[in-house]
Amino acid sequence: MIKITDLKASVDGKEILKGVNLEVKAGEVHAIMGPNGSGKSTLANILAGNEAFEITGGSVEYLKKDLLDMSPEDRAREGVFLAFQYPIEIPGITNATFLKTAINEIRKYHGKEEITAKEFMAMIREKGAILDMTDNMISRYVNVGFSGGEKKRNEIMQLLMLDPKLALLDETDSGLDIDALKVVSEGVNRFRNENNAVILVTHYQRLLNYIVPDFVHVLSNGQIIKSGGKELALELEEKGYDWVKTEHLAENPA
Amino acid sequence: MSDMKVVEDLTQSEYKWGFVTNIEAESAPKGLNEDIVRFISMKKEEPEWMLEWRLKAFREWKKMPAPNWAKVKFPKIDYQDVVYYSAPKSKPQLESMDDVDPELRATFEKLGIPLDEQMILSGVAVDAVFDSVSVTTTFKKALHEKGVIFCSISEAIREHPELVKKYLGSVVPTRDNYFAALNSAVFSDGSFVYIPKGVRCPMELSTYFRINAQETGQFERTLIIADDDSYVSYLEGCTAPMRDENQLHAAVVELYAHDNAEIKYSTVQNWYPGDKDGQGGIYNFVTKRGMCDGINSKISWTQVETGSAITWKYPSCILKGDNSIGEFYSIAVTNNYQQADTGTKMVHLGKNTRSTIISKGISAGRSDNSYRGLVKIGKNATNARNFSQCDSMLMGDRCGAHTFPYIEVNNHTAQVEHEATTSKVGEDQIFYLNQRGIETEDAVNMIVNGFCKEVFNELPMEFAIEAQKLLAVSLEGSVG
Repeated sequence: MIKITDLKASVDGKEILKGVNLEVKAGEVHAIMGPNGSGKSTLANILAGNEAFEITGGSVEYLKKDLLDMSPEDRAREGVFLAFQYPIEIPGITNATFLKTAINEIRKYHGKEEITAKEFMAMIREKGAILDMTDNMISRYVNVGFSGGEKKRNEIMQLLMLDPKLALLDETDSGLDIDALKVVSEGVNRFRNENNAVILVTHYQRLLNYIVPDFVHVLSNGQIIKSGGKELALELEEKGYDWVKTEHLAENPA
Repeated sequence: MSDMKVVEDLTQSEYKWGFVTNIEAESAPKGLNEDIVRFISMKKEEPEWMLEWRLKAFREWKKMPAPNWAKVKFPKIDYQDVVYYSAPKSKPQLESMDDVDPELRATFEKLGIPLDEQMILSGVAVDAVFDSVSVTTTFKKALHEKGVIFCSISEAIREHPELVKKYLGSVVPTRDNYFAALNSAVFSDGSFVYIPKGVRCPMELSTYFRINAQETGQFERTLIIADDDSYVSYLEGCTAPMRDENQLHAAVVELYAHDNAEIKYSTVQNWYPGDKDGQGGIYNFVTKRGMCDGINSKISWTQVETGSAITWKYPSCILKGDNSIGEFYSIAVTNNYQQADTGTKMVHLGKNTRSTIISKGISAGRSDNSYRGLVKIGKNATNARNFSQCDSMLMGDRCGAHTFPYIEVNNHTAQVEHEATTSKVGEDQIFYLNQRGIETEDAVNMIVNGFCKEVFNELPMEFAIEAQKLLAVSLEGSVG
């Protein structure tokens, strides 16, 4: 579904991604782990099209298209979804209006009919129930006055409502207590099927107990230095990131 | 342009609008003195009492210092460097819409202004706009049947002197402030409306039906009187960008509501705001006041202000009659280098009076937007209630929003509430919406519309739709 080749990027002149290679196929869940500052969030944001970052090299092929050449709106309409690490507040727009507009924009792009009020409400209730979202939250302004946990659940609510092809989850577990973590994971697990894919950015192995990945990659200093199956996460938990860095340096002398 | 065309146009103007325009059109020389005031009065063919009224105002103006307390900065105005009377028809006549500035046409399209309105506003030759003539005539007939008087202030001075004498200056006395005094001396046009007892005006009155877009409306004077048990909804302005060589606009609007009467006054203002560097642009210094004289009377001001380089206005209500109600709903948008110091005054004098203030300020670019409001409860105003809400939205990080609420309560039974919020729209929010498939322009519009919804709900529907489009156009390119 998505093929990232030798991707290099910088922000404010500082190089963050130094040649990332990653391939994700439909039906797969890939976890990206790594120490702080390794570039995990940068990767997710760049795939979403955040113009704060400058692409300095490499390419990204998504559904046979050049992703880097597309505007953020078009990427979204083609099925790329980013669950933000720090979801921002948008006063003046209710969650309901926001979701409905987003859904219709995507439908319009694909030449489909707009969602009816009835369908929309039914969808909200169904997905809301999975995530423990109250009716009241739908009429509140987007993320305004939401607690950290509520904001993260709202991101997953949007994931379920928009039903994208590629979900980029940027540290969705940060700041969540165990109960919130379970609810959010349930949402993601309900989402995943053989036609979509998930790239999960996280620090801690704990999330991966609930959302079991097919592949785990370690991103360090702007590059993926190790890949493996879900057991790799457990190894990292036990040994820390330094072990991987050391191993990588030994195999790739500078 | 040939003389024949001038005459032809003027003659048609007479037929279309129903009042006489002086064919020997000339402008007054620059400057202001008693002779100029006499000149204006003579051009308007006014009776002696009107000239005296003007001269008295002029003498008072001469004694007053120009005010300087608002949070707006502008170079000192040389009042002797202004033309106080311009001949009508000084704007060139165009053959067709093809001759109109393409940028202006693009704006008209974006605002959804119907083609025949576009033609009038652009100064396209009158005979091309056949439809409006029949519309105006039907409109006038309906009003006449109800006894509603709706004409220019000049016509009212000639045809309804007893009404004008009774009410002119009763809500805004000439000595009220510097610009009111100036306006009283040199006003050249404006609307007069009288709704008889018990009449609910059958349609919204709009300046579009009265104003000849060629006249400048620099010092407009409007007087609206609603007699007992009557109702009128008046729409001022239009969304089309209005340019003018005259920089200073100092209008006065007086509203008078008798027992059980209601006046709803809506304004959509888009005077030329100056270019992207803040050059040119109109100064809009307006005095608007409503007198709720009768018991159970009600006056509502609803405004959407997006134009002018500087906006300095406080539409106000004096709640004299018992149980009277005053309302103020406002959206003030500033972009680039615009400045706005606007708000309202609600003065509670009678018993059981109520006032509601909802003010939404949106600043973008390098502009400065201030809300200045006064809620004054008089000592005999038992049981007065006020609710005020002032919300500011900042788009980007180079603009400013300020709030100056003044609350003076002299009666212990009063209940006054004030709420204020400030929020910011930045690139992060826009990216969030982009990432959900929503384009930047739509994103900005969504945010702004949500913010302004309460005020849009108070506008007459057609105006509301125009106003939403206007907001979108005004805020184009404001984020990032």
